[in-house]
Amino acid sequence: MDTLLQQLINGLTLGAVYALVALGYTMVYGIIGLINFAHGEVVMIGTMVAFTVIVSLAGSGMPPLLILSVGLLIAVVACMVLGWGLERVAYRPLRHAPRLTPLITAIGMSIVLQNVAMIIWGRNYITFPPMIDKRIYEVGGASFTNVQVAIVVLAALVMIGLTYLVQRTRMGMAMRATAQNQHVALLMGVDIDRVIAMAFIIGSALGALAGCMVGSYYEIAHYQMGFMLGLKAFTAAVLGGIGNMAGAMAGGLLLGIIEALGAGYIGDLTGNFLGSHYQDIFAFMVLIIVLMFRPSGLFGERTGDRA
Amino acid sequence: MSGESGRSPRGLQQWLGLLLLVGVLLAVPFVAALGGQAWVRIANFAILYVFLALGLNIVVGYAGLLDLGYVAFYAVGAYCYALLASPHFGIHLPFWVILPFGAALACLFGILLGAPTLKLRGDYLAIVTLGFGEIIRIFMNNLNAPINITNGAQGITLIDPIRIGDFSFAKTSTLFGISLSGPQKYYFLLVALAALVIVINIRLQNSRIGRAWQAIREDEVAAKACGINTRNIKLLAFAMGASFGGIAGGVFAAMQGFVSPESFSLMESITILAMVVLGGMGHIPGVILGAVLLTGLPEALRYGIEPLQKAVFGRMIIDPESLRMLVFGLALVLVMRFRPAGLWPSSLRRRELSEVTD
Repeated sequence: MDTLLQQLINGLTLGAVYALVALGYTMVYGIIGLINFAHGEVVMIGTMVAFTVIVSLAGSGMPPLLILSVGLLIAVVACMVLGWGLERVAYRPLRHAPRLTPLITAIGMSIVLQNVAMIIWGRNYITFPPMIDKRIYEVGGASFTNVQVAIVVLAALVMIGLTYLVQRTRMGMAMRATAQNQHVALLMGVDIDRVIAMAFIIGSALGALAGCMVGSYYEIAHYQMGFMLGLKAFTAAVLGGIGNMAGAMAGGLLLGIIEALGAGYIGDLTGNFLGSHYQDIFAFMVLIIVLMFRPSGLFGERTGDRA
Repeated sequence: MSGESGRSPRGLQQWLGLLLLVGVLLAVPFVAALGGQAWVRIANFAILYVFLALGLNIVVGYAGLLDLGYVAFYAVGAYCYALLASPHFGIHLPFWVILPFGAALACLFGILLGAPTLKLRGDYLAIVTLGFGEIIRIFMNNLNAPINITNGAQGITLIDPIRIGDFSFAKTSTLFGISLSGPQKYYFLLVALAALVIVINIRLQNSRIGRAWQAIREDEVAAKACGINTRNIKLLAFAMGASFGGIAGGVFAAMQGFVSPESFSLMESITILAMVVLGGMGHIPGVILGAVLLTGLPEALRYGIEPLQKAVFGRMIIDPESLRMLVFGLALVLVMRFRPAGLWPSSLRRRELSEVTD
């Protein structure tokens, strides 16, 4: 059973990251109905910025934990600015355009960001400098590191904070109102532009955080890393019911665990016919199967009349 | 496009326009060849993309189903051709057997994917098709063990060119006193295929099925209430688009002589979708324009950016490949910003849009 426990732990770590990225997709989608294809790239830029800051501070003699925090903070702020800028420059002018127009813009932006990152950081893999001593804990035949613990705890804290923000604050109420009905929210005095900008800013901040987590978990970063990560996270968001924040969190965790279990067991299940390089298939297989039976995702409330 | 309209002056103008178009199309491969066969190949790809974009146009433009995994059908067609006409399995079937078979197989895949998922709306369908495209690509990438079917990431090489009797499309030969190179022959084949797709597209647009697609695109519930069997009609659009993708894939495999999973990435699906949207969804001339522009632009940039950088800075400062993609992405953003309905939208669509924004 140690494989099971081990894969559950790995899946939980990965799932926490997916959930954070998925929240960024779902918040934007819930409010303006746009698949923000550039979100994966925002995550990637966050990782790269954190990496640059950490590397340049590594020799300064500051305590490692402080360096990490500073790197994280700068990455989060940079991504917030980036997210805000994206909305302002690329998406806001298209708010009343046909549905596919902003989608193509998002794709264009994703290409632009990816190539800007490539010009700045090069096309090779970048190794994250190990800042904290990795400690390995063993429980019941499975092992996990303090990095994994930090990722899961941090993600949980952030999700609790976000839930509070959305459910208890005025801004959160405005966001929920806008998601339900933009026009009525406008009539109630909600500043729609601000709410939409906020959704992008918060989503990007979460994305930057998730990017840093992936970076320190795999200790590696690449200018194309945002693509697959974004795709999986979007899958997670759809799995949970896009536009639904609790759904994104659950979908992310679920996807991470399914993927880890799938990768761990596919060899046994198919008599070694299919190996673990089919890992990426699980996310999409599960998605297709779930949507066949629940067309608006696991937790989607809407009947899906929103085309 | 009926014959009688040739009598009226307007019809005459149309025929003259058509004649001019045919003249230009005939001249293109010979003019392009002056700059080297590479340019003929670029022209070929432009037409191949016209073909693909028009196939996707049926799905996205007419029926309004957002398909982000269109390239999967293209891949099915290409691999079908590659496996049945290469030394990989030692099978060498003629193209006129494989192309219809590839189209049928792609159509089958389209139905297999579409049947369970077409009840999904809008963006849910988009992500499912996207996932399907990735699944196909991952399988192509990994089906080399334990039984080597697709030869994995290395892809399949030495694919037979299209051949009619002794007339091979790979070699230069002389026809009616004109020397034709391999790419030039493919050019004419592609033009013929593209013309066929265009005719099908035009005929579909105003047919009963075409109007049913439009009705579904505008309001599915209303369409259903009017007695349209929305499920079957949507499935038809999906299957038809998939078949075109399959044929294009077969021609691609024959033309290149080589296929690998790399050619069928999500980026490819996105590029084809961008051609449809950028040109003007649902409008045939717009889609053609979009396909030609988006194939030509990166190539033009490839030949333009390098010398430009050298001239301005004296050396290469930025990797031309990424700069090329950068400009491509910016072009998408800018076109959508200033022409949200595409570069050449149909007049009907433009009218609808301007009414909405009031």
